[in-house]
Amino acid sequence: MRTCPPVFPRRITAVLGAGLLAAALTAAPALGFCGFYVAKADTDLFNQASKVVLVRDGDRTVLTMANDFRGEPQEFAMVVPVPTFLERDQIHVGERGVIEHLDAYTAPRLVEYFDADPCRQDFRERLTSAAAPAADQAEGARLRREAKKLGVTIEAEYTVGEYDILILSAKESSGLETWLTDNGYRIPAGASKVLGSYLRQNMRFFVAKVNLEEQSKLGYTYLRPLQVAYESPKFMLPIRLGTVNANGPQELFVFALTRTGRVETTNYRTVKLPTGAELPEWVEQDFGDFYRDMFARQVKREGKAVFLEYAWDMAWCDPCAADPLSRQELQQLGVFWLDDRKAELGRRGAPSPAQDVFVTRLHLRYTADTFPEDLRFQETGDRSNFQGRFVIRHPWKGSPRACAAAGEYFRQLARRQEKEAQSLAHLTGWGLSDIRDRMDLEGPTPADDGGQPWWKKLWGG
Amino acid sequence: MRDPRVYQISILSGLLAYGVVGLGFEVDGVDAAAILGTALAAQLVATRLVGLPRFDPKSALISSLSLILLLRAASPWLAAAVAAGTIASKFAIRRRGKHVFNPTNFGLAVAMLASDRVWVSPGQWGSAAFFAFLLAGLGGLVVHRATRSDVTWAFLGAWGLVLFGRAAWLGDPWTIPLHQLQSGAFLIFAFLMISDPKTTPDARSGRVVFAALVALVAGGIQFGLHRPNALIWALFLCAPAVPWIDRLLPAHRFSWGSAPSPRRAQAPIRPSTSNLPSAA
Repeated sequence: MRTCPPVFPRRITAVLGAGLLAAALTAAPALGFCGFYVAKADTDLFNQASKVVLVRDGDRTVLTMANDFRGEPQEFAMVVPVPTFLERDQIHVGERGVIEHLDAYTAPRLVEYFDADPCRQDFRERLTSAAAPAADQAEGARLRREAKKLGVTIEAEYTVGEYDILILSAKESSGLETWLTDNGYRIPAGASKVLGSYLRQNMRFFVAKVNLEEQSKLGYTYLRPLQVAYESPKFMLPIRLGTVNANGPQELFVFALTRTGRVETTNYRTVKLPTGAELPEWVEQDFGDFYRDMFARQVKREGKAVFLEYAWDMAWCDPCAADPLSRQELQQLGVFWLDDRKAELGRRGAPSPAQDVFVTRLHLRYTADTFPEDLRFQETGDRSNFQGRFVIRHPWKGSPRACAAAGEYFRQLARRQEKEAQSLAHLTGWGLSDIRDRMDLEGPTPADDGGQPWWKKLWGG
Repeated sequence: MRDPRVYQISILSGLLAYGVVGLGFEVDGVDAAAILGTALAAQLVATRLVGLPRFDPKSALISSLSLILLLRAASPWLAAAVAAGTIASKFAIRRRGKHVFNPTNFGLAVAMLASDRVWVSPGQWGSAAFFAFLLAGLGGLVVHRATRSDVTWAFLGAWGLVLFGRAAWLGDPWTIPLHQLQSGAFLIFAFLMISDPKTTPDARSGRVVFAALVALVAGGIQFGLHRPNALIWALFLCAPAVPWIDRLLPAHRFSWGSAPSPRRAQAPIRPSTSNLPSAA
């Protein structure tokens, strides 16, 4: 957790001292990033959300696919198009915790500020902390014979961790579809055309099932993420198979780890998530609901767009929804360019922060209609930081009669809270009157208005 | 007839306004000022050095607006350097009396080759159909005014063939090539970049050949090499072929001042010396 530098926010001083510029009070950026993290909105809020981590530098890619499959392990089967053939050592089974950590680190966040006592001449932004929630051979021969009859080639078979993995290529998509269906891979009806398109693009198919024997030996009760490393100019994610027979829109989170800068899609717009809005205090209790509804509204508003939720140098964060990933965690995710000399220096001296890693978190909701084409990406030279961040400001608890400035403070507060209600309604589509009803307006009642006549505020004066 | 570049300037300005207000482009004010200031200054300096009779800011303005729309840079210094290189290329890289590269295209391509701190965001325009139509209409006006709309139409046809041909071969639904065609970046390229009459072949047949060549090379870059910004790279790679196409298919030279009366086109036309403009 970072402390706020002792810099007095001048705009706020001006507002409180002179009683002017109500708009400035509600403008969040005056406070910079110096707030405290109180809640985060992680990917668990969305049902059936896929999470992938893309580590990319040059033409080298390490793809980690989080596995949130919740059924019986024997029911699990996945089919993923990959750009190249994969050797045994190009496949790895990772740890779920690292992805969860990355998710928490990059999650949209809610930060809180406390209004200072307007009666104190030298007041400074006073911040209190809130605890951050954490955030067999015969079988193989049979498979090969059947595959050959259908024009399918099993290029390789591996057992990696708890998974049995095959790398397939095929002459015809219909043969591949038949083989996959016969062997228990659930391929939605109509996927044949999509499979055919990938085959013509020289893609292979990475197919995985759970090896129950290995799983019980390893003792895991959940399925760990699968990782593949390959070298290909194709900086893309195949999403089309997922849309063939999907029940409604799919949710996807892409965490890109690169050396140069922010990652964006080249064939869809990448749009920044709204950020910096000040919201009513009670949003703290319902931040998950807020984030879900806000995201749904943004999707409706922007249409075919990929949302940027976080872009940051992995060496730090402010405020932190979770600590940056350690060097070891980054290596687990496949970041291959970390400098060993820096690590050596770090061991000798202070712990070294992660180096040369820039993280981009993208979030999209897609269907075959809105995202007909696979996602294509590029790495940009943009290293500017961005975070999906929302602000709550706790009002000062004093009396409007405490001093002359206090009366003015409460008048400004009432306007600010109205603005907060409107921001929330605008972002989520929630009813404005419901929001107002839930707001705990602690401002003065008309009778307790710092000595002002009741009609002063009648026409917005 | 009025100079068609005035229309181009107003259209580019309109696009910039739409991009910033409607699509939330992150056009940095300092970068934009650096590009504009540097490009105009470079045009002024080059005008004096080459000894042109008068300073004409229109072409530099078009190049600047195009760069502001397309170029993203990590610092204003980089943006200014690209703007200077863009204008300098018009005066420095010439063959048979005309500049070889479309200046904006040259600036963008060289900058992206030289630095990983400079990039073009082809996805920034999205694919709103309304916007596509609007742009098509506005762009059509420009190419019509510039009298060399054939290169744009030929390119649209050739690129459409590449995209739909690929989809047919892959067995993809038409929604995929349609999505690719709805890209604002593609339309800007077709209507405002490849259409530059100063850097396309002189003969109509030459321009059709050139447009088809650019579309084919772009197809190779996008679907063979899997690189973004294929259109920009393709135009950059194909531009040096224009002098060869002009030699094989000779015709009268375009000049902004001499466009577009058929009667005037009969007259022997020498390379314009009044200015050295270019479209975006």
